[in-house]
Amino acid sequence: MALSKQEIAQRIAQELQDKWYVNLGIGIPTLVANYIPKNIDVVFQSENGMLSMGPFPIEGEEDADLINAGKQTVTILKGGSLFDSALSFAMIRGQHVQLTVLGAMEVSQNGDIANWKIPGKMVKGMGGAMDLVASAENIIVAMMHTDKSGASKLLKRCSLPLTGVNCVKKVVTNLAYLEIKNNAFYLIERAPGVSVEEIKAATEGTLIVEGEIPEMKF
Amino acid sequence: MINKVVNNAQDALLGVENGMTFMLGGFGLCGIPENCISELVRLGVSNLTCISNNAGVDDFGLGLLLKKHQIKKMISSYVGENEEFERQMLSGEMDVELIPQGTLAERCRATGAGIPAFYTPAGYGTEVAEGKETREFNGKMYVLEHAFNPEFAFVKAWKGDTAGNLIFKGTARNFNPMMAMAGKITVAEVEELVEAGELDPNQIHTPGIFVQRIFQGKDYEKRIEQRTVTQKS
Repeated sequence: MALSKQEIAQRIAQELQDKWYVNLGIGIPTLVANYIPKNIDVVFQSENGMLSMGPFPIEGEEDADLINAGKQTVTILKGGSLFDSALSFAMIRGQHVQLTVLGAMEVSQNGDIANWKIPGKMVKGMGGAMDLVASAENIIVAMMHTDKSGASKLLKRCSLPLTGVNCVKKVVTNLAYLEIKNNAFYLIERAPGVSVEEIKAATEGTLIVEGEIPEMKF
Repeated sequence: MINKVVNNAQDALLGVENGMTFMLGGFGLCGIPENCISELVRLGVSNLTCISNNAGVDDFGLGLLLKKHQIKKMISSYVGENEEFERQMLSGEMDVELIPQGTLAERCRATGAGIPAFYTPAGYGTEVAEGKETREFNGKMYVLEHAFNPEFAFVKAWKGDTAGNLIFKGTARNFNPMMAMAGKITVAEVEELVEAGELDPNQIHTPGIFVQRIFQGKDYEKRIEQRTVTQKS
């Protein structure tokens, strides 16, 4: 069975390490916050100017002055701090944030990512995505393995305008967990019940399969 | 103490003209200078270049200026959530320059800090870097980005004093402090204006030196763009 969006987030959450500062993008990445492993402490950074971002407020306690980068009302946890956008991106560019998780339309086997623009369609803008991917040491992309028409999103080269080059190290899709190195996608884990052949068929870029590929464990 | 207080938005925007470049603080609808935007609509100035992270929604924020066709060019990082914006952009009535959010923040900061340009890794290898100088430092490629040159900056703070010192609240701080540094004339509107000496100098976010005019704002709507809540368990 291919993973649900929640399960993709759950698998990515297993990559979190104690004492990490983490920036989660909009969409599947946001769900990662629901699956933080017990016994570790991580802090979520919101690039509009907050550390220790907490859950949505209880109804009636929404504050127009406390939102996340998706403009949703949120809360701030104990030990949190607030700051301006220049300082926020100083944290990001200065590599004080250990992990960035974001969605993508396409990823290529050399680690390029495209997630902000489709030619001919309304362009909304890149927001903070270009700053995040250009600077983060650790980037995990969370996305579906194929698009709605069934075309692979793991490519030899991205066809859409790029967000960043040579930056993505790991991809977790509904079918697989892959690492990017040596100009190829290395298959590390399969979604439970998904065969190597299915993953090969859904991957346009070079896929390296070394030995037995284990299933993901939850 | 240099008194920076003006009576209202009308006095604060004295000297605003057609064709000028403005910075406007805020992230989404959070921390936007609501009173200054209303006054810009009332003045009807046009051919404006507006530097702001977002462009408001159809009936609020910068959307109000868009509706009146007052904006010639928007410089932003993200401009979704606005149908009229989309229409004017696609029809070519308005120019749009999209730049990475961190680059936008740093360009505002650089403007006020006397730094004409700086290198950033954001956008290297993408269309954002096209036509720009690039350079390698320690094995990594960077793009040269320049400061802006705005005539006015409009910012919104939670509290301010008569000397122009500002304190922001929550994530309404966002771009406001850097834009306050960057304006040739910086106008600050505040929810609560107090006498100099009433704010603790240790708690000031933006020192009054950066603010030329300050006024007590009124009728704040402080709209929430995405109301998300947790149900009581």
